[in-house]
Amino acid sequence: MKQFGGRVLFLDRSDINTDEVIPAKYLTEVEKDALKPHLLEDLKLKGFDPSGADVAEARVIVTRENFGCGSSREHAPWALEVNDITVVVAQGFARIFRQNMFNCGMLAIALPRGDIDTIFGLHGRAPVGCGVDLDGRTLTFTPAGAAPVSLPFELGGFDEALVRAGGWVEYADARY
Amino acid sequence: MGKTITEKIFEAHVRDRPFTGVAVLSLDVVLCHEITTPIAIADLVWRGKDRVFDASRIKAVIDHVTPSKDSKSATQARIMRDWAHRHGIRDFFDVGRNGVCHALFPEQGFIRPGYTVIMGDSHTCTHGAFGAFAAGVGTTDLEVGILKGVCAFRLPRTIRVEIEGTMPRGVYAKDVILEILRRLTVNGATDRVLEFRGPAVNAMSMEERMTLSNMAVEAGATSGMCMPDMTTVDYLWDHVKADYGEKPRAIDAFRQWHSDTDAAYDSVLQVDVSSLEPVATVGYKPDQVKKAAELHEVRIDQVYIGSCTNGRISDLREAARVVKGHPLAHGVRGILCPATPRVYRQAMQEGLLDVFMDAGYCVTNPTCGACLGMSNGVLAEGEVCAATTNRNFNGRMGRGGMVHLMSPATAAASGIEGKIADPREYLR
Ligand code: SF4
Repeated sequence: MKQFGGRVLFLDRSDINTDEVIPAKYLTEVEKDALKPHLLEDLKLKGFDPSGADVAEARVIVTRENFGCGSSREHAPWALEVNDITVVVAQGFARIFRQNMFNCGMLAIALPRGDIDTIFGLHGRAPVGCGVDLDGRTLTFTPAGAAPVSLPFELGGFDEALVRAGGWVEYADARY
Repeated sequence: MGKTITEKIFEAHVRDRPFTGVAVLSLDVVLCHEITTPIAIADLVWRGKDRVFDASRIKAVIDHVTPSKDSKSATQARIMRDWAHRHGIRDFFDVGRNGVCHALFPEQGFIRPGYTVIMGDSHTCTHGAFGAFAAGVGTTDLEVGILKGVCAFRLPRTIRVEIEGTMPRGVYAKDVILEILRRLTVNGATDRVLEFRGPAVNAMSMEERMTLSNMAVEAGATSGMCMPDMTTVDYLWDHVKADYGEKPRAIDAFRQWHSDTDAAYDSVLQVDVSSLEPVATVGYKPDQVKKAAELHEVRIDQVYIGSCTNGRISDLREAARVVKGHPLAHGVRGILCPATPRVYRQAMQEGLLDVFMDAGYCVTNPTCGACLGMSNGVLAEGEVCAATTNRNFNGRMGRGGMVHLMSPATAAASGIEGKIADPREYLR
């Protein structure tokens, strides 16, 4: 099973598509590692620098609605994976992206609007950490120098099985 | 309680129900292209599982960048080629026989009503036009599909889109789906299937139905489905004749997949096409739609007619009706990309290519190419394209480029005027 949790990268916009996560021009790469420097390269967001420390140190992404829409490219979760970002928390996901995350043994966690607003409320100058308790189904956000905020999340049995198996290939190969 | 077509297809294909709400389905066809498949192949090789579940159910094409434009795309093509050869995949379409996947595979008769279909491509929903459950997936799902012939799905709920009225002059399936997107928004159908129903759909050709189904994913839908009928049988007849002998028998067999009249729907969306006008998108989301007539101030640099949405022969015919006798506006580049070799040849025989070339268009080989900003017509920073494709995300056809989505007739009219234009006056 993968490692989950760490510093949060806030992406305050809805409908971030997979072209923005990893541009089409890198789709001719056949090695996942080649995607590493290009994560979120074309994402235009105020104050966001794709080559900054925020991205380099991130382990968790927190964002708004419909994250991962557009192209089905699994290069998007891979670009996250090779940058050690294994958790995306959003108000909602596009279906294929969400499935791709779990298929890779990673977490795509949907939370209600109010919870997402709460997490964005923690976003200030200091970094925010996120702990993931899979068994307890709890996310704990810790802003530097402030009290932690814990939020429950839901995870379907199948999604959990994929995460614990390390992905869909391992799961399916053992079963079918 | 009756069942929807999706529920019927799920029931007929379920292999396992590992958890509540999750069905592992057996697959009738697994479609492959050279962008998402090579990594699946590499992973299978790395795991020591370089096998395919059934070579006759795997269909593969090199279509996104073809002929190869550089060493990297050439490597992707070579991985596909070697793999197809190694496993005896006979339905493999290489340079000279290749075309845009979602136009080519239906044309070859690979998609049938009631089928389950996956591909590592989001517009796989196109094949729902045949009454198949066809869904785009990522590379891992594709990999398992290739190896085991199965894919896991949560049973999607269904939005019934009831389409009524008669299509006015200058209004096409593309305008209808853009109107539907405008109303559903880009995530209005996430984890849902769109079922396109009603008299206007019954009157549509298979090509028009494919245009509708193609863009279902732009509303987040898993698939966009039409009920199989005589139009479906006619389209597939050469390929299913041997199975059914006569058309009424095929119709009877296909009817088993129709949704029951008392099936349960998540919601119903009603669209009357009679009042629609030609439209185009503005901005970077496909649900931002306006009347073409209101966008006459929008200047364009390039017209692109092609793609899995609108690169079929009927699209080329409609665009040619508009283009005939009208050169491209000064400073506007026109690119025509017939979606498959058959479309190309037919357009040539009907004299359509002459119409486009006389107007100053460049006719390219069948490929995805510029649709996803990879080759054959990529935009420069700040350039604007009137395109018959399906996505207008920022940078989709090239970094910093702007894409306006529209029907082939509207794109053609825009090329003549150098600005987004209403095609109706050219269609008298
Ligand atoms: S034509 Fe465009 S949308 Fe269609 S499969 Fe090719 S790249 Fe994708």
